[in-house]
Amino acid sequence: MTNSTPASVIEVKNLSCGYGETVVLQDVSFVVHPQELLFVIGGSGCGKSTLLRCLIGLLKPLRGDIAYFGKSFTTADAAQRREILKTFGVLYQNNALWSSMTLAENISLPLEEHTSLSREDRKEIIALKLKDVGLSGSEELYPSELSGGMQKRAALARALALDPAIVFFDEPSEGLDPITLREMDLLILHVRETFGTTMVIVSHQLSSIFRLADRVIVLDREARGIIAEGSPAELAANSTNPRVRDFLNQVGDSPKRTNQPFADKENHFSK
Amino acid sequence: MTASHSLMQVSAELKAATARLEAGPLGSECLVKVGGDWRLSEPVPSWNSVVGKRTAASVRVVAEDLGKWDTSLVLFLAHGRAWCLESKNSFHAEALPGDLQALLLRVSTMVAPKPMAKSAVKSNWALLETVEKKWASQAMEIVTFVGECALGFIGVARKPRRFRWMDCLVQMQQCWASSLPIVSLVSFLVGVILAFQAAVQLQQFGAAVYVADLVGLAVVREMGPIMAAMIVAGGTGAGFAAQLGNMKVDEEIDALETLGISSVDFLALPRLLAVAIMMPILAFYANALGILGGMFVSTTMLDIPAGAYWIETQNRVGLSDVTGGLFKSLFFGMAIGLAGCLRGMKCDRSAAGVGTATSSAVVTGILLIILADALFALIFNVLGI
Repeated sequence: MTNSTPASVIEVKNLSCGYGETVVLQDVSFVVHPQELLFVIGGSGCGKSTLLRCLIGLLKPLRGDIAYFGKSFTTADAAQRREILKTFGVLYQNNALWSSMTLAENISLPLEEHTSLSREDRKEIIALKLKDVGLSGSEELYPSELSGGMQKRAALARALALDPAIVFFDEPSEGLDPITLREMDLLILHVRETFGTTMVIVSHQLSSIFRLADRVIVLDREARGIIAEGSPAELAANSTNPRVRDFLNQVGDSPKRTNQPFADKENHFSK
Repeated sequence: MTASHSLMQVSAELKAATARLEAGPLGSECLVKVGGDWRLSEPVPSWNSVVGKRTAASVRVVAEDLGKWDTSLVLFLAHGRAWCLESKNSFHAEALPGDLQALLLRVSTMVAPKPMAKSAVKSNWALLETVEKKWASQAMEIVTFVGECALGFIGVARKPRRFRWMDCLVQMQQCWASSLPIVSLVSFLVGVILAFQAAVQLQQFGAAVYVADLVGLAVVREMGPIMAAMIVAGGTGAGFAAQLGNMKVDEEIDALETLGISSVDFLALPRLLAVAIMMPILAFYANALGILGGMFVSTTMLDIPAGAYWIETQNRVGLSDVTGGLFKSLFFGMAIGLAGCLRGMKCDRSAAGVGTATSSAVVTGILLIILADALFALIFNVLGI
């Protein structure tokens, strides 16, 4: 990164978004700094996915502005929008690999669309990207032939195809076992260290948050916006909002377990 | 020891739920004893059957030999409490097990669900209005999509290399392969049916040879293109909707959009073009088989030689009849492709959504085919073709 890098990669100003008449988020403002690993967290229905859909341009914001590298995304015309779209990759919750295409074709499509590389160059890049995520040699496989964890990694390879400056992750831990999840987290860190990529991750996997996050943004359904912002350890220890602390310390009001859960068989209703 | 223990357990399992009422010694107080196993899945006594028409100043519930219990007992007690509340009696359940009391308390503190505001019965006019609005929005959707596709095709004409030719070929192949057997059977039988119907009438006048004229014209001008289009709408059109609908559910279409790739260009145009090309070919094939069906009936039932039948057909069916039919089928193909792709891409993000999109694609496809056919009948009539 050169010195001319602006202070913010993404700048969200007074963003309101929702569906039809329901406003999910109101007047949300935040900034994502270069090379930052930002987590967007919050309970179910708090608008995490809605915010992400707005950020990647799948949902038109009701009000407010989103700017990438100082250029407005909301008011961009078709050509500018295309330029901005080129700068980020997205890893979807369901991976969203194109099922009718092989992995090589999946990774090749962004390259075909946005570069004028020759077929041979593309082939080399595909091999490189697949090697990066530990899927060397699976060029000719179809997404349905892969396990969930492998699909996730293949989807990451596709998201990284254009060496984007920003990568968005929608619930990257969804459906992964703890070991695969750890591998995924390490892969994310590896990518960040290698390419200096800025990453925005929507998740509520606590282990990943503490392992990866530089900063977290906590959204809340009732507040319809951000209720806390900071490093996860700091928020877990000193947040003034008890719900934020509860979320990060995962106490909640979960019931205490009895020592012998099945001892009292007479009344399976008890306790 | 263990044997007798397990025996006791078995007998405990079989205890039936009981609730007895005793007019207690405390004068006007009623004592209700509950015992046995209370199971939702087993018959249990109801409060009314226990108390009957009795009235009491206070009710005291105690457990006697109470076995396993579940929500059925809680419900029984809640009914009892409600009964007492209604007749302004006092209800005492302090002697019951603690966890049962706790549950009973939970029932009493439950917030009753807010009654849903009942939507007033709509008048016929209001109902008509909603249907009208739905139709209007659907028509608007179709018009918008046609516009998007037209713009897409203009883009393709400018930069043909950007078009997904391979996808188009694959779709053509699938359309052809999946429709051919059914188109063969259906068009042959349509020819046979038409010939039978015509023969019954024409034979009365000794004009059986004109079966060839009737079958030839009907098949080439209408039945061939229409039957082939119906079959393709049910197979290929529905297939498009299911395919694209699934892609929408799996966020595959979102993934295209965030890459700056238009899903119309990438997904809809190759499919549209494929089915628009295949449709006239299939219609031509359907025409041939329809005529063959008529010929089969004539040779076997009416004793008209195949050669005579063919000559009669050639005399009556002109090139304009054939090309008119095939020209129409080109539009039928586009209608099928439009309906399939539109419904698929506007699909709800759920498994049920894909199903709805698929059936809706077939209905829309057939509707558009018939509309287009009516329009063409009018145009051809005016032009005298």
